[in-house]
Amino acid sequence: MSFPWAEHYAPKHPLMRYLDEKLPLPRLVYNAVGAGYPVPRNLNYFWNFGVLAGFALTIQIVTGIILAMHYAANGTVAFDSVEHIMRDVNSGWMLRYMHANGASFFFIVVYMHIFRGLYYGSYKAPREMVWLLGVVIFLLMMATAFMGYVLPWGQMSFWGAQVITGFFSAIPVVGEPIRQWLLGGFAPDNAALNRFFSLHYLLPFVIAAVIILHIWALHIPGSNNPTGVDVKGPQDTVPFHPYYTAKDGMGLGVFLICYSLVVFFAPNALGHPDNYIPANPLTTPAHIVPEWYFWPFYAILRAFTVNFLWIPAKLWGVVAMFSAIALLFFLPWIDRSPIRSANYRPMYRIAFWVLVADVLVLGWVGKSPAEEPYVRIGQFCAAYYFFHFLILVPLIAKFEKPLPLPNSITEAVLGHDPEAAPAVA
Amino acid sequence: MATPENHEDPNERPPVIGPEHDEGQGPRRRDFLNIAAVAFAGVGGAAVLIPLVNQMNPSADVLALASIEVDISKIESGSGIKVSWRKQPVFVRNLTPKEIAEADAVPVSSLRDPETLEQRTKPGHKNWLITLGVCTHLGCVPLGISPEENRGPYGGYFCPCHGSQYDTAARIRGGPAPKNLFVPEYAFKSPTTVQIG
Repeated sequence: MSFPWAEHYAPKHPLMRYLDEKLPLPRLVYNAVGAGYPVPRNLNYFWNFGVLAGFALTIQIVTGIILAMHYAANGTVAFDSVEHIMRDVNSGWMLRYMHANGASFFFIVVYMHIFRGLYYGSYKAPREMVWLLGVVIFLLMMATAFMGYVLPWGQMSFWGAQVITGFFSAIPVVGEPIRQWLLGGFAPDNAALNRFFSLHYLLPFVIAAVIILHIWALHIPGSNNPTGVDVKGPQDTVPFHPYYTAKDGMGLGVFLICYSLVVFFAPNALGHPDNYIPANPLTTPAHIVPEWYFWPFYAILRAFTVNFLWIPAKLWGVVAMFSAIALLFFLPWIDRSPIRSANYRPMYRIAFWVLVADVLVLGWVGKSPAEEPYVRIGQFCAAYYFFHFLILVPLIAKFEKPLPLPNSITEAVLGHDPEAAPAVA
Repeated sequence: MATPENHEDPNERPPVIGPEHDEGQGPRRRDFLNIAAVAFAGVGGAAVLIPLVNQMNPSADVLALASIEVDISKIESGSGIKVSWRKQPVFVRNLTPKEIAEADAVPVSSLRDPETLEQRTKPGHKNWLITLGVCTHLGCVPLGISPEENRGPYGGYFCPCHGSQYDTAARIRGGPAPKNLFVPEYAFKSPTTVQIG
């Protein structure tokens, strides 16, 4: 993965030379985040969010391991064990609030990271594999977050488990047996709680493994940049350290300030009060809502209210919801435009912002009750979501006239490229 | 390098018969061994998967929650109770004559999941509508078992979560749910006792 203009690792101290021969970990770090990884010089703050996502995962793993030392995954005591963490365990309240809100912050930074990729064309060749692995991480995150939300065994936890596993009952013929197999019973109960706990503990490590692949796949072509223009030479790059370690440090500081504000001053703002009611299998809350980061997908699920084409509305909804994510796997091939950055794609840029607005409206619909006008708005916005990816993006790639690209990253930054041969004498 | 004709070194092993020695002579013994070994390992691997998958199925204690008896003598006409069976709610509802008439007035062919009230109740007990209280959409518990709750536009049950509407025979009439509320296996032990399961 070494670029022609990457600086080579040369250990000076005898101990480092010894280590480099036996286990070249310092070399790995140097090539990953040191001068061995030259990065475009023009990255803006949207490029902070990858590091922030990694940091958020670390927070989740550390606080999660500690919480698991105090939590009991048993239907009769799970709710009480969470209250025990909140009231009796030293600093338990803080660790739980860090973990619960950490999930929200993980999704905030990952959504920013995804939309950054959409705007600047980071999903396009030669970074398709980076994007595909990213979508895999996103799916794993959704599964992990869902199973984590079930563990406190409150009303929303229980009914979330009931509704989400209900998706599988939409599968023709084998749906209900599959659901019973997933739950280990006829309704969510001890068996489901235990396996969700086991998997909730496991999946973050799987995510960490896929993140390693994601970064590995990224470091082969190198990072994209706001112009979307390829790196042409050493003048277009700076070493990762100290330039981006410093910049990421700044972003991390801002992230931690926002995160601390929520953890310490509004720890329940993003949760749902019904989850402080112990799970009751006989009464559904009046209004079941998932966590905020699932609202847009929940709105797509609910957009289908009538059967058509011989397929029940329930199956349509579930298929549409999964397709909304699965679609992203095909994006590198759906968008055929050779230009990466939306800065040079006037039509795509408009479509991008309309999509952002569409997803925000879907989120608002997803949190609202299933009644008019939300149902109609949700149907319109769900249709637009698919219209954007399946029709608009391919058509724009065909008909759009892109703006002139800069000759190089350095030219885009300085207005001229001091090391390039003058175009006009 | 020792040749096959020149075996002077006692440690020298005879040369391995490679593919170049028996090319074009049909399947070799090694082919058979390869296929047999892979097939044997494959069967073994698949057999190990069975318990790994099967452990996820409902365990014996879950399946053992077989049947419950419900005293229905206190349920007034127009009202109903919710009981727990297999950790799931069951609706036991005493329909009024008006509700029965409403259910019978609906042409069955117009229904999403065509069933008559007759088919959904026991002979001679047409006023006792016993169904699982689990919405067939995504498994919420619909409202309407108590007369004070919102019974939706068809007077049966209403699921506020996703807007499914059931009529007085607990048949799906509107919203996303695909099926009528499920009728569990049950029997009248006496005029006032029902055994569910």
